[in-house]
Amino acid sequence: MDVKITVIDREGVAHPLDAPTDMAMNIMEVCKAFELPVDGICGGMAMCASCQLYVLSDHELVEKSPDEEAMLSEALHVKENSRLGCQIPMNEKLEGLKVELAPE
Amino acid sequence: MIKTDIVIIGAGPTGLFAVFEAGLLKLRCHLIDSLPQPGGQCAEIYPKKPIYDIPSQPEILAEDLVDKLMSQIEPFQPGFTLGETAQDIEKKSDGSFVVTTDKGTRHHASVVAIAGGLGTFEPRKPDLEDLSFWEEKGVEYIIRDPEKYRDKKLLIAGGGDSALDWTIVLADIANEVTLVHRRKEFRGALDSVKKVQALKDQNKIQLITLAEVSALNGNSHLSSVTVAQGESERNIAVDYFIPLFGLTPKLGPMINWGLEIEKNAIKVDNTLDYQTNVPGIYAVGDVNTYPGKLKLILCGFHEATLMCQSAFQRIHPGKRNVLKYTTVSGITGFDGSLKKAKKSTIKTIE
Repeated sequence: MDVKITVIDREGVAHPLDAPTDMAMNIMEVCKAFELPVDGICGGMAMCASCQLYVLSDHELVEKSPDEEAMLSEALHVKENSRLGCQIPMNEKLEGLKVELAPE
Repeated sequence: MIKTDIVIIGAGPTGLFAVFEAGLLKLRCHLIDSLPQPGGQCAEIYPKKPIYDIPSQPEILAEDLVDKLMSQIEPFQPGFTLGETAQDIEKKSDGSFVVTTDKGTRHHASVVAIAGGLGTFEPRKPDLEDLSFWEEKGVEYIIRDPEKYRDKKLLIAGGGDSALDWTIVLADIANEVTLVHRRKEFRGALDSVKKVQALKDQNKIQLITLAEVSALNGNSHLSSVTVAQGESERNIAVDYFIPLFGLTPKLGPMINWGLEIEKNAIKVDNTLDYQTNVPGIYAVGDVNTYPGKLKLILCGFHEATLMCQSAFQRIHPGKRNVLKYTTVSGITGFDGSLKKAKKSTIKTIE
């Protein structure tokens, strides 16, 4: 089952994506799979913040782990709605999710 | 000037393994890396994390992989220029190259192999006004010689391992150490967290949490920093402000070397030998891109192996060579050492 999500890139362009929910992907990986400019340098260990994004829709997301909290406390451009894309697994509940990539 | 056969830029797993494959072909290597230790991302980002997709290693810690590679290449005596960034490359009339680092160290080689991973690790900088003005005037991102801070007043910012580790080391050396962190929680080895707690309890350091540096003050040299904690602000007199917010990789100076770049990686023309658009310069491992590219350590090993065969032909044009199996031929190090399988014993049974 795919869900429709929207990722706004750093130039403000909105990319509607059909994100698979059955491939054990997280949002960082979905962005990479669609060749959006997300580095995911640490590969998804919540250790680099290169997949930081702002959540624009009011979806209920998985809670931040201590690792994600710690990384976000050190990263730049952090806002109230900042999350690390690599820490949010894709699932059906994310239908209609809208996120914006944080500056590099 | 350092002279070698292959200068390898990047001392991560791919760069290190290239030394081994080059050594089998009797080619000498010298590695340049901007980090102070070999291992690349494995050493810098995730040394204590396990890797599960190295062939024959069901589970290996990143730091152990680096240690094993270092031990594997020991017979081939690689040289290292560590803590320096490859800055410039110059092609000589004979087709060889001179690679110069940001510190001015020069390396001459017939072949250049870029195994630069995601690029040069650069410090993540805090978002402060006039920050660049204060660099070299009291703001430092990398500690090279702790002695520089003897009897000085320091303010360290950050909540990870390096902030904790340097607070511990510098507490004994500096006159005053203040550690500032945005949160109360620190992400570091348990032992380091306990040590910093003890230093704080003994009043050997000042710890300010739920706070961050909001301004830098001084004339020709930094003299104080403003620390904001909630609504309140205070000035703390310092000689040095050391923000330790981790390192982030950037492709860096290589971007100006005339190499074809695609998607923040160096494009290689083919998967025959991973040569770039500049003959004699190869790109292997995570730094390169080609159709079907996978950024995996095991792919880097394969690419390094093919690259060395091509480098051999470039260094010794037309020279006949044949692939040798280490089980048969053993390994002859440049130090004269020989590792070899034991001869089988043949005895008669009457």
